[in-house]
Amino acid sequence: MTATHPLILAGSAAETTRLVAYWILAIISIAAAIAMVLARRAVHCAVLLAVVMLSLAGLYIMLGAPFLAFVQVIVYTGAVLMLFLFVLMIVGITAADSIIETIRGQRMWAALSGIALLVLLSLVIGHAEIGGAAPNSAKFGNGNVTGLASLIFTKYLYPFEVISVLLIVAAIGAMVLAHRERTTPKPTQRELAARRIASGRPTPLPGPGTYAQHNAADMPALLPDGSQSELSVSPVLSGRSPQAPPELPGGAAPASPQETAGSLAGPPSEGSIARPASAGGQGAGEQ
Amino acid sequence: MVSPAHFIALSVILFVIGAVGVLVRRNAIVVFMCVELMLNAANLAFVTFARMHGQLDGQVIAFFVMVVAAAEVVVGLAILTSIFRARRSASVDDASLMKY
Repeated sequence: MTATHPLILAGSAAETTRLVAYWILAIISIAAAIAMVLARRAVHCAVLLAVVMLSLAGLYIMLGAPFLAFVQVIVYTGAVLMLFLFVLMIVGITAADSIIETIRGQRMWAALSGIALLVLLSLVIGHAEIGGAAPNSAKFGNGNVTGLASLIFTKYLYPFEVISVLLIVAAIGAMVLAHRERTTPKPTQRELAARRIASGRPTPLPGPGTYAQHNAADMPALLPDGSQSELSVSPVLSGRSPQAPPELPGGAAPASPQETAGSLAGPPSEGSIARPASAGGQGAGEQ
Repeated sequence: MVSPAHFIALSVILFVIGAVGVLVRRNAIVVFMCVELMLNAANLAFVTFARMHGQLDGQVIAFFVMVVAAAEVVVGLAILTSIFRARRSASVDDASLMKY
């Protein structure tokens, strides 16, 4: 049984395809990796890391490791990276690195040591004799999964068992570390109600101003005097695009944040931000 | 002709980018992502050597590295969330209590 895929087989006709595929994937992965190091927002980093991992999966297919390519997509990109995104949502999506260097010259030294590491590794790789690929066999094609399984369950059986112990320990460790011990007794419903009355705001927070200005949930609600209620937007959403001006439907000029702040006291300006509250429900579609 | 040397070179470049990211970034989650990038680069080298020698052992090792990376991410992110819960920050500079 031989492999049939042109990317796996090293036939002379498929060689150009392989070369083109290699360069495309290599350029995409290096560009995404550099952008990941430079991107300031952690969510952008996660997405760019997903790009790197997917292109690495493509390279694994080229190298005759179809099983690892699918594990890369399913486990790495699908599970590990989604775990990263989950934690990012817990920690706060606004978490962006500050630009100020806390250690003086840190970036310069980091770049220098990066170049030094690159030179060192290139010298080592350059002096090593890296031969061509071994002749094709079924192990790198259709028989890949079978070959891996027979290796894992015979030669590498003991490491495999140790790995399973490691996974159990990691699962228990994550549960222990993420568990929060309650240090105060749970508040009763009566205490919660008393706290709420004492806080000065017995009512719930206002809902978002969807349809007041725009049909998006990150628009603030309008108060009766035409001003915007900051309480009506979730801090997560307002932190995500702090400077984005609200876009109004129907080609009306978008109100800049300064304008909006200025109109808090003054009379509502026509058509842009402050429609009377009674028209808010029906108005969004008309204009 | 794509030789194994091409893949090794790509793996070296990705590894160096990840290492620089670990040194430069200060958000602990992003530091973790850069560590993941370094592990992926090492995996690429393993798979390339497996192809070079015509043996599947390198792929088995790469598979084990993936499992270890998953375990590492789970524990690391659990530590991160508990640190964030205690001090409302995910920056590696803020967790310096034992320095002074």
